[in-house]
Amino acid sequence: MSSASSPSSNQSAGAIIGRMVVYGILIIAAVYFLIPLFVMMITSIKTMADIRTGNLISLPREVTLDAWKTAWNSACIGVACNGIKGYFWNSVRMVIPAVAISTILGAINGYVFSKWRFKGSEVFFSLLLVGCFIPFQVILLPMARTLGQFGISQSLVGLIFVHVVYGLAFTTLFFRNFYVSIPDELVKAARIDGAGFFRIFWRILLPLSKPIFVVCIIWQTTQIWNDFLFGVVFSTGDTQPITVALNNLVNTSTGVKEYNVDMAAAIIAAIPTLLVYIVAGKYFLRGLTAGAVKG
Amino acid sequence: MASLKIKNIKKAFGSVEVLKGVSIDAQSGEFLVLVGPSGCGKSTLLNLIAGLESITEGDIYIGDRRVNTVSPKDRDIAMVFQSYALYPNMNVRQNISFGLEMRKVPTKEINDIVQKVAGILQIEDLLDRKPGQLSGGQRQRVAMGRALSRNPSVFLFDEPLSNLDAKLRVEMRTEIKLLHQRIATTIVYVTHDQIEAMTLADRIAIMKDGIVQQLDSPHGVYENPANLFVAGFIGSPSMNFIPCRLIRSNNTVGVQLEAADQTSAFLPIGHKSNGLETWVDRELILGLRPEHISTSFPQQDASDQIHPINCQVDVVEPTGPDTLVFVNINAKKVTCRVHPHEAKPPGELIGLLVDMSRAIFFDPETEKRIV
Ligand SMILES: Nc1ncnc2c1ncn2[C@@H]1O[C@H](COP(=O)(O)OP(=O)(O)OP(=O)(O)O)[C@@H](O)[C@H]1O
Ligand SMILES: [Mg+2]
Repeated sequence: MSSASSPSSNQSAGAIIGRMVVYGILIIAAVYFLIPLFVMMITSIKTMADIRTGNLISLPREVTLDAWKTAWNSACIGVACNGIKGYFWNSVRMVIPAVAISTILGAINGYVFSKWRFKGSEVFFSLLLVGCFIPFQVILLPMARTLGQFGISQSLVGLIFVHVVYGLAFTTLFFRNFYVSIPDELVKAARIDGAGFFRIFWRILLPLSKPIFVVCIIWQTTQIWNDFLFGVVFSTGDTQPITVALNNLVNTSTGVKEYNVDMAAAIIAAIPTLLVYIVAGKYFLRGLTAGAVKG
Repeated sequence: MASLKIKNIKKAFGSVEVLKGVSIDAQSGEFLVLVGPSGCGKSTLLNLIAGLESITEGDIYIGDRRVNTVSPKDRDIAMVFQSYALYPNMNVRQNISFGLEMRKVPTKEINDIVQKVAGILQIEDLLDRKPGQLSGGQRQRVAMGRALSRNPSVFLFDEPLSNLDAKLRVEMRTEIKLLHQRIATTIVYVTHDQIEAMTLADRIAIMKDGIVQQLDSPHGVYENPANLFVAGFIGSPSMNFIPCRLIRSNNTVGVQLEAADQTSAFLPIGHKSNGLETWVDRELILGLRPEHISTSFPQQDASDQIHPINCQVDVVEPTGPDTLVFVNINAKKVTCRVHPHEAKPPGELIGLLVDMSRAIFFDPETEKRIV
């Protein structure tokens, strides 16, 4: 708050106080949101003895990464005691194809709905949008049956399929709204130049789509990685994603509750989405507000 | 080079009919301008010629080929858009060569064409820039370059100058005209600026509400407008339309005009009255261009059709070479073009002369030209 302490500042006292109030509120809000993370972090590096004797926010007397190792390698989930690492990779193997497929299909859908409208395409698009508002729970039973018919129930492929289908409504909406802001004349010019449907997409629109790809990938990665409901319903045992495993880990009660292991596992489960946001977050904001592309 | 034939084209979007039967013939090498107010269907017609929209009814021929169902890329046309529509991610060179590349022209040939086109349009220095790094005028040139590179038989321009500032617009107008003289390709050029239409066109098609009102040379539409709309649309300042009654007095047919202070004047029509006999004692609309109401005419001694009328000046607008004087005749605001030295300040009387040999008349009901 240099402006408040700087004597050369020509702001009035009222403005300075106002500024301080604003910063004060922001700092309190930041602390409020960061405290749980802080508690998780310090708890995960404490020993069990430490946890038992200290309180929630007391600093660890002895720092150890044992809980992290246990969580990753040997914590018991159900009857198997192999840690969460297998489930972590399950999630990775689920998220990458699901995000890639739903984003690419969404981009093509958005391209069609904005640049190659056909009779009834508006109705079609509106129906697709309804998909954004359908609660997860509603589609569980029909989806289970569909997966059964396809012979991919309780498998990673089935889970990926569910996420792709559910995500399409969102990705299509993102891309369609972005492409609407790109002038139709670009497409017309390319058609006259002799480019076809896919060539126009590939050569003209895709190179302009970086911001919306970032938005879409962040959104989908976060949604799919963090999903619990689809994971718990449409997968079993070895194919479960990390969110489900985390829940099972915490609920597996053999003797003492190891809070430090639980916390470490929870942080591990949260790291990928945090990373995605830290790396690409500024593009996310930029992409959300990206307007028309200037020719 | 090819001719363009548009035969009774109709276009409807859903239940809205935008073009209601348009027929235009353009000869090979002709510069045809489509002009009309916003929303009259100019861009729609151009899109139909380009094949970007489907035709509801009618036929389009480019050369001898009926192109109704031919795809845009095979129509041998090139189009310049109002927004230029340059591909933002490609540099100028790639923008110009994209169409050639799509047509699988050999790379070496593409390079030669790009160089040649860049030379014609003087954009050699810009070839490696992205469209975002160009000024409006430069983008305009690149857009023309993209069209030129393919050497099509018909060029379509959709308001290519409307995004430029006034000075640049005049410069580019001249350049387009020079370009046309040089390449002599058929051009269909859309604008809503009547000066652009007048200066560029071999022939002008004036459109309104999806109908071609008149198709004629610039001189023709200016001198012989087919109806009130065309007469008012072409020419700046617009033609004066004075409602009046046709009367016969001493065996001559003429109009009675009331100017300021109840001074009225009888203006005989002379030999132009031939087609007007049936209109005697009926109301019609007298059309007079501002330059035909003035204080003096070069030919005034030799002509027996120049008649005086005294009016009170309401407003004076100097334009430089001429001064526009606004007066009231038959309770209608009338613009007159006079020599700056002969203009009078507002409130004073001015002695005007009307060149009745240039007067034209319109039916107030149908708005069609009478003679
Ligand atoms: N795809 C479309 N669907 C429905 N109506 C349309 C469509 N395209 C154009 N129109 C309508 O057709 C009419 C003519 O449009 P057009 O773009 O041809 O006008 P214009 O003469 O080019 O006008 P301007 O000078 O403003 O460019 C307008 O009323 C417009 O609303
Ligand atoms: Mg238009």
